[in-house]
Amino acid sequence: MVAEERMRAVPRWRKALVRPELGSICGTILVFVLFMFIAGDSGMFSAEGFINWGTVSAQFAILAVGACLLMIAGEFDLSIGSMIGFSGIIIALLTVQLGVPAWLAILAAFALALAIGALNGYLVIRTGLPSFIVTLAFLFILRGLTIYIAITTTSKTIIGGVREAAEGDWLAALFGGTVLKGLFSWLAEHDMIGTFVAGPRAGQPVVEGIPMLMVWALALIIVGHFILVRTKFGNWIFAAGGDAQAARYVGVPVNRVKILMFMLTAFCATVFATCQVMEFGSAAADRGLLKEFEAIISVVIGGALLTGGYGSVIGAALGALIFGVVQQGLFFAGVESSLFRVFLGVILLLAVILNTYIRRSITGER
Amino acid sequence: MKKQLLALAATALAFGAMLPAAAQAEGERFVLISHAPDSDSWWNTIKNAINVAGDQMDVEVEYRNPASGDLADMARIVQQATASNPDGIIVTIADYDVLSGPVSDAVAKGIPVITINSGTEEQSKKLGAMMHIGQPEYTAGKLAGERAKNESGAESFVCVNHYITNPASVERCQGFADGLGVELGDQMIDSGMDPSEVKSKVMAYLNAHPDTGAILTLGPNSAEPTLAALDEMGQSGEVYFGTFDLSTAIADAIKAGTINFAIDQQPYLQGYLPVVLLTNYARYGVMPSNSINSGPGFTTKDNIELVEKYAGQYR
Repeated sequence: MVAEERMRAVPRWRKALVRPELGSICGTILVFVLFMFIAGDSGMFSAEGFINWGTVSAQFAILAVGACLLMIAGEFDLSIGSMIGFSGIIIALLTVQLGVPAWLAILAAFALALAIGALNGYLVIRTGLPSFIVTLAFLFILRGLTIYIAITTTSKTIIGGVREAAEGDWLAALFGGTVLKGLFSWLAEHDMIGTFVAGPRAGQPVVEGIPMLMVWALALIIVGHFILVRTKFGNWIFAAGGDAQAARYVGVPVNRVKILMFMLTAFCATVFATCQVMEFGSAAADRGLLKEFEAIISVVIGGALLTGGYGSVIGAALGALIFGVVQQGLFFAGVESSLFRVFLGVILLLAVILNTYIRRSITGER
Repeated sequence: MKKQLLALAATALAFGAMLPAAAQAEGERFVLISHAPDSDSWWNTIKNAINVAGDQMDVEVEYRNPASGDLADMARIVQQATASNPDGIIVTIADYDVLSGPVSDAVAKGIPVITINSGTEEQSKKLGAMMHIGQPEYTAGKLAGERAKNESGAESFVCVNHYITNPASVERCQGFADGLGVELGDQMIDSGMDPSEVKSKVMAYLNAHPDTGAILTLGPNSAEPTLAALDEMGQSGEVYFGTFDLSTAIADAIKAGTINFAIDQQPYLQGYLPVVLLTNYARYGVMPSNSINSGPGFTTKDNIELVEKYAGQYR
């Protein structure tokens, strides 16, 4: 039977269409059409509206790239959300409390995050426990540590004043700044976007520029996609998640791949945290709550398999886009916000069923 | 498989069709953004208040909150609300650092903003908001002190402070002292949160200062153990006793006469007033020039019935 399946000629159009991203591509189109229809005139598609849901989607995407590659490698990371809170507090403590230059504080936070990611991976490999359990432990350990550190050093759970401390710092600008300011000024001059009408910034465009957060998201998506589909390492990721034992037999360094992927999710969480701290000028011990599930949801909407070995970075990025557009779009449409979760659940179910159907078409499994 | 897909697609479309109905309404549109997570029931009062005001004024008021209480998410919601060009925004100043950017952006766009609940009048002014509607801690304490002086003539008191690390708690005690017209001095005790510790500290203080004229507690966490302490010392109803906030035990004690008053910040007004004020501003351009104190409102034996009846709904 199987041999016949493989021998059967598949039409070229079908080959081109049926890929892991297909479900999320359909979903993206569907979601945009839906919101054009119900929230077209609500400001959702103005420059500010675009920046608003674009930023939220970019936040999800940054986390989803890491979570996606880790999930393809066959593992989970539930400590992403706690890692966000932890990294943020580390940066704020070093800059505000200890007067460390911002670039050094950011690098320190990244080093610490990568070390914790490696520890996560090492424990999973050494104990043979499911990563679900190990990282669940770290979800609590990191969150607890974050609250403890913040309380014992400042007796507050919110540490403000980071923006002032990071003023003029070259590395902080890479996370908290905006690009293409000139373009938006030009757009405002030609009345294509609105301007502020009151206060000290009257006359300036309502959108200053594209936030670095979006640039980071795009960069991570492009690099992640390239590594996954164009390099040998990408094949190793698929192999490690598909069948680790078989991969080891053919010489794939499975342990190294998995540990590196855990480090990647910690890296992505720290990128997220740094952007957030630089934007809002404060870090709080409760930042990033539930973000690990939001990342996983984005990845699953994007067509990845929970069991590993199958998925796509582009799909995960589109999943993040769908998530962000739906979340903010429901606000624009004026829907009771408590219904948001209902929609999220429905979308998740729809996406998984559609993705399963597509995957079966590709792999021929029953 | 295909059949299931079709069924699901149909469900999704049905859902989609339900959406627009919720969005369109006549009249002005306002957005209230709180910092409370979904699990916080205290905000129900404010949700009900904006519904009442919305019906009365014939306007649409949307309630928005960050689902998990993350203030960074709240800032995004403020930006989202600004982008949708409402006729007014009502927002809490949960954290000045996080919200200063998004809120002043809204003001700069020409959207009228009223701040409520958390934050101070000064912060509200700095953001360029029209006014702040909340309960200033010092004033609430001072009015409570004046009330205690009128009713009991107390010349000494004890302030049972269970969250002394928060500056707002000290303002409450200081205000009470000024209202009574006495020095705060060492009449404030750091009781901690643990009920048995609070109880033993209060008992120790009252034994050492048997002529204490009044007791102020700062919430259920310090009020309930203090009630137990008075009960054990046989002093229930002997000492003038006021507290911040309400709980079932506090309400029972008010009815029993053990507690003379509870201070309520009247959240209903924090939801109701901004909607009414912003509607009138949108229609006729009128707006009071000063901030409004929604509290302190005093719950006593005289009005406890009404408070209990509407507890969690409008009170």
